[in-house]
Amino acid sequence: MELMYALLIGLLTSCGVFLMLRARTFPVVIGLTLLSYAVNLFLFAMGRIGEAVPAVLGERVDYADPLPQALVLTAIVIGFAMTAFALVLSLRAQGELDSDHVDGKGDR
Amino acid sequence: MTHLPILPIVLPMVVGAVLLLMRGSMNFKRGVSLLATFLQLPLAIMLLLRASEGTLVYTLGNWAPPFGIVLVVDRLSALMLFITAVLAFCALLFSLRGDDAAGRNFHPLFQFQLMGITGAFLTGDLFNLFVFFEILLIASYALLLHGAGSARVRAGLHYVLLNLTGSALFLIAVGTLYGVLGTLNMADLAIRVSQLSPEEQPLVGAAGMLLLVVFGLKTAMFPLYFWLPRAYSAASAPVGALFAIMTKVGLYSILRVYTLIFGEQADSLAFMVNEWLWPLALVTLLLGALGALAAATLSGLIAYLVVLSVGTMLAGLAIGTPEALRATLFYLMHSTWITGAFFLFAGVLQRVRGPRYAARLIAGPALPYPMLLGGVFFLAAMSIVGMPPLSGFIGKLLLLSAVGTGQQAAWLYPVVLGAGFLSLVALSRAGTTLFWRQTEAAASAEPIDALRMTAVLLLLLASPALVIFAEPVLAYLAATADQLLAPQNYIDAVMSITPEASP
Repeated sequence: MELMYALLIGLLTSCGVFLMLRARTFPVVIGLTLLSYAVNLFLFAMGRIGEAVPAVLGERVDYADPLPQALVLTAIVIGFAMTAFALVLSLRAQGELDSDHVDGKGDR
Repeated sequence: MTHLPILPIVLPMVVGAVLLLMRGSMNFKRGVSLLATFLQLPLAIMLLLRASEGTLVYTLGNWAPPFGIVLVVDRLSALMLFITAVLAFCALLFSLRGDDAAGRNFHPLFQFQLMGITGAFLTGDLFNLFVFFEILLIASYALLLHGAGSARVRAGLHYVLLNLTGSALFLIAVGTLYGVLGTLNMADLAIRVSQLSPEEQPLVGAAGMLLLVVFGLKTAMFPLYFWLPRAYSAASAPVGALFAIMTKVGLYSILRVYTLIFGEQADSLAFMVNEWLWPLALVTLLLGALGALAAATLSGLIAYLVVLSVGTMLAGLAIGTPEALRATLFYLMHSTWITGAFFLFAGVLQRVRGPRYAARLIAGPALPYPMLLGGVFFLAAMSIVGMPPLSGFIGKLLLLSAVGTGQQAAWLYPVVLGAGFLSLVALSRAGTTLFWRQTEAAASAEPIDALRMTAVLLLLLASPALVIFAEPVLAYLAATADQLLAPQNYIDAVMSITPEASP
């Protein structure tokens, strides 16, 4: 389980970084999205991975740490808003600069 | 429990939200926004006075630390609030004559930006710091693009994408710290770091270094400063001036995290970034000066001077003695206000020279009131370069005397003085081009606006004021430096809080 989880985060991060190094805005935005998914999963795992443990005291002997779940919710909301903004901005750049290159250069 | 510490955050939040929903006339909105920004000033002064008596801790929702979020007002936070309040008031005053009408919702965005900045200075919780960073960033994205233009969109795209990556790294660092230490309260983090087992130390150290990358990006430290000149020179004048505090938010975070969490009690992790900061600071300093020489516009030149000042302050942080910290904080006050004033002045000049010449460093039409404009430019330039008797001189003098006579001095003296000389050359070249070389072209431009000029002069007045009141200011800063280097007081102040009984 831990290994799977770690490999998944690693895969998402490497794909995200690869895409972010592209020169077009669309892959960069997708790359940022993948990276934020990886980060959210990573944050979530900080409360340790367990199966069927409640985030409430007194239900069972072991319990899950609720704080990372709260943190990851905040991070998801912020990441979502930021990605939306980046997307709108790159659309605007496409309109304004007539190019989807991250430096706003011409196509050829 | 006094509610004073949370007011600098709540005030701009409420006013910003109200302004967003309000349908009134522009002048009414301007009045409300100006009043709210002005109120930051008495709030900051009250907090300054309270903070000199002792650290003020505010527990949100009455959750005692380490649970829940705390706001902490110590001398450094109060000082940063004061710097922000003065700068924001002048920038907003400048914007009232039309810069705020170039697009929609300037005033709400300005207030939200202010909320993010004050929140970042006040919070005592690492994750909350991230949240306030995001608030100030998203407001700054919109402000940067305000009244768009293709240069702004291009600069804005880089700025946004880089900062989004920075936020992802910040979260990774915060997650790692929480995973190992099990807390996010900065005072509690400081305690837990001192109790780490040797196997866990490298992991926490890695998270700490990752935080340095994030704060370095915000501060515009080499090699992460390339976004700054473009973004700052593309922004409109009042936004550029307000952004003068943004790099200081990063600097504040470096100062806070690496004196508190990784401070003296942190065993082998204590002061771990100083040896990294030192070379990076010197390179930042030099590249800032070289960039200033190569700049093609006045606002581009000032943006590189911001990079230069960041390098100077980072060098002070890297030395890390109380004297060096005192010099750094003095330089921070000076450089924030004076670069802010300079950005505003570039905005005035841009309008006076008309859209064709703007702030580009080429010979333009003859200027109205050459003595006034030239005099203001001269004063600002001399202050930034660090000529006596203005405040930049005192800042640099303190820093150079703080370094002593070792190997560090052998590096710092030539770099700081050489960079000062290069910026002197750059500014004299800019000044002669702007004020002495004139073409025959008829002036097509607007007259000087009295309100805009007032804002510039008010902010510029800070330079002589800092010299006149140098003694009380330095006494306060010396106490601030001592407080920073004795994090135990901060930790005790936060951890001794118990929840209040409900009335």
